[in-house]
Amino acid sequence: MIFLTNLINGLSLGSVYAIIALGYTMVYGISKMLNFAHGDVIMVGAYISFCGTSYLNLPAWVSVILAMIVCTALGVLIEGLAYRPLRGTGSLAVLITAIGVSYFLQNAALLIWGSAPKVFTSVFEKFTSNISLFGGELTITWEALFTLVAAVLVMLGMTFFTGHTKVGKAMRAVSEDNGAAQLMGINVNTTISMTFAIGSALAAIAGVLLCSSYPALMPTTGAMPGIKAFTAAVFGGIGSIPGAMLGGILIGVIEIFGRAYISSELSDAIVFGVLIIVLLVKPTGLLGEKITEKV
Amino acid sequence: MKTFGKRKLSPYAKDSAISYGLVTAAFVIVSILNSMGLVSSSLQGQLVPICCYIVMAVSLNLVVGISGELSLGHAGFMSVGAFTGIVISGILETSGLPDVGRLIAAILCGAIMAGVFGFLIGIPVLKLRGDYLAIVTLAFGEIIKNFMNIIYAGKDSTGFHLRTNPDLGLEPTGRMLLNGPMGATQVQRIASFTAGFILVLVTLFIVQNLMNSKQGRAIMACRDNRIAAESIGLNVTKYKLMAFTVSAALAGMGGALFGLNYSTLLPIKFNFNTSVLILVFVVLGGLGNIWGSIIAATILTILPEALRQFADYRMLAYAIVLILVMIATYNPFLRSRVMMLRDKIIPKKDKPDEGRKPRTRRKKSGKEVG
Repeated sequence: MIFLTNLINGLSLGSVYAIIALGYTMVYGISKMLNFAHGDVIMVGAYISFCGTSYLNLPAWVSVILAMIVCTALGVLIEGLAYRPLRGTGSLAVLITAIGVSYFLQNAALLIWGSAPKVFTSVFEKFTSNISLFGGELTITWEALFTLVAAVLVMLGMTFFTGHTKVGKAMRAVSEDNGAAQLMGINVNTTISMTFAIGSALAAIAGVLLCSSYPALMPTTGAMPGIKAFTAAVFGGIGSIPGAMLGGILIGVIEIFGRAYISSELSDAIVFGVLIIVLLVKPTGLLGEKITEKV
Repeated sequence: MKTFGKRKLSPYAKDSAISYGLVTAAFVIVSILNSMGLVSSSLQGQLVPICCYIVMAVSLNLVVGISGELSLGHAGFMSVGAFTGIVISGILETSGLPDVGRLIAAILCGAIMAGVFGFLIGIPVLKLRGDYLAIVTLAFGEIIKNFMNIIYAGKDSTGFHLRTNPDLGLEPTGRMLLNGPMGATQVQRIASFTAGFILVLVTLFIVQNLMNSKQGRAIMACRDNRIAAESIGLNVTKYKLMAFTVSAALAGMGGALFGLNYSTLLPIKFNFNTSVLILVFVVLGGLGNIWGSIIAATILTILPEALRQFADYRMLAYAIVLILVMIATYNPFLRSRVMMLRDKIIPKKDKPDEGRKPRTRRKKSGKEVG
């Protein structure tokens, strides 16, 4: 039973990573940049939702939507102001700018909300009692359940969106070949903005879900999940949407199992160790495309 | 090494001589200002860290700029160097060795240890390419940080103890050197600005000579075109591994000096943010440009202090400055404007590469070959 509890916790944490990793991987796929500020968008999303429920007394679902709207605007703004001027100048320059944006968001949050951790009230607090199965031997929190459900919905939605809608197809076209997509009449700038918007909205959802399960909210809350989700995206093969989902879930499960069965201090080392081994066996991640070299 | 004396100095030897001269001049000026009491106390406290960060930036430049591989785990090697240095210095505390001797021993051991780590980590890491390589260096950096959190070391009359749990069984007179997540405490601060200056010189000496040697040119060739380099018989992995190991060893030296500059040091100090901070120095200074790294490391270490008047807003200001500088340096439109303006003010001479940031000193090493 403990095994099952751990598995469910792992799947739930992994779902959060998967949702964050989706944002990473979409942005990477389309603009070939590592958006290190993504983790901090999660944090902003969580803070907005926190303010919505605690200060404005909004219902939980309204505050989540508010967080998504703010993060979407933030994502588009960041892309337009900081990343667009550097498009096509090589990934390192954009990487450092992303780090600058990450510093900016963290310190802005520090100024606005202070460094003391805020206690995030779970958006599922209406469901007070946990689900109890097998005569109380297995308890599942509503947070874990809803996180899983949310992740599945997001995954189905994203798969449909990238596969069957015009904008989604445009995104895939731009990530495949920027120049050719432009020749086909796709507005590359709008498409990239759109990708950032969706990625940031997903980050807001992830932030709310993460803080519902782990309620301490600080300006640095997003940093470590951001790195883990980035790892997850690479784990599954960066640029690949199913890869990000698979990678996220696996990283979450490995982390929880490592913490439960091996060593709580070394759980991060275990996650990264597994990542290294997987990449050595499969150098482009689990579902990543093989890179072919041309002379 | 080139022979000095009657033979004319080769361009790179002249270049290196200039950089040693400039670093020495900077050191002398700061020392004089310091002895006259013109250096503020906050800046005084920054002198040794600045030297450490210069060493870190120059060494990371060897991997990112000269070998062309993005590394996001450089702080890991700094951590290895720092804690090795602290342990060595702690063990030698009672040996009667003078401070200088202990510092040298600590720095050397830190370099060797970090070099060994760099070599061992480099073997798997360098099999990967591009962003996958970057993420694995990040992973190793995090793993090192994690392991430093569970290492306990101490010494007593029976010798040196190293365990992964706090129960070392030390005698009452024994002393804890590393205390897991609490890091090192009561470290004797034996690092000095002079030591930092010498370390910077040593780093410059090693990196510049490596860059202008046969091996250095091979490393750059592997960066510029891996397949072409392989086709002329260069062992790409060997050269990349060489750059990675040397860089790790230099980072270990910088780390050892850094560790011995503070009385307490937490393992968490060497996290992803520190790796990124060093990377910022390298990219802002210009990839492959050693001088750029030195200047960027110095300015960006002083900047948060200099922005102190903005109080709470200083890190925000730092972030904005960073973003603006990146856009101003790399934006194609702004760059072409700056170039046009420069051409108007200074009529073009025979300096084709000036103004554009050269990725390396390829031009000069080209002359060397020809």
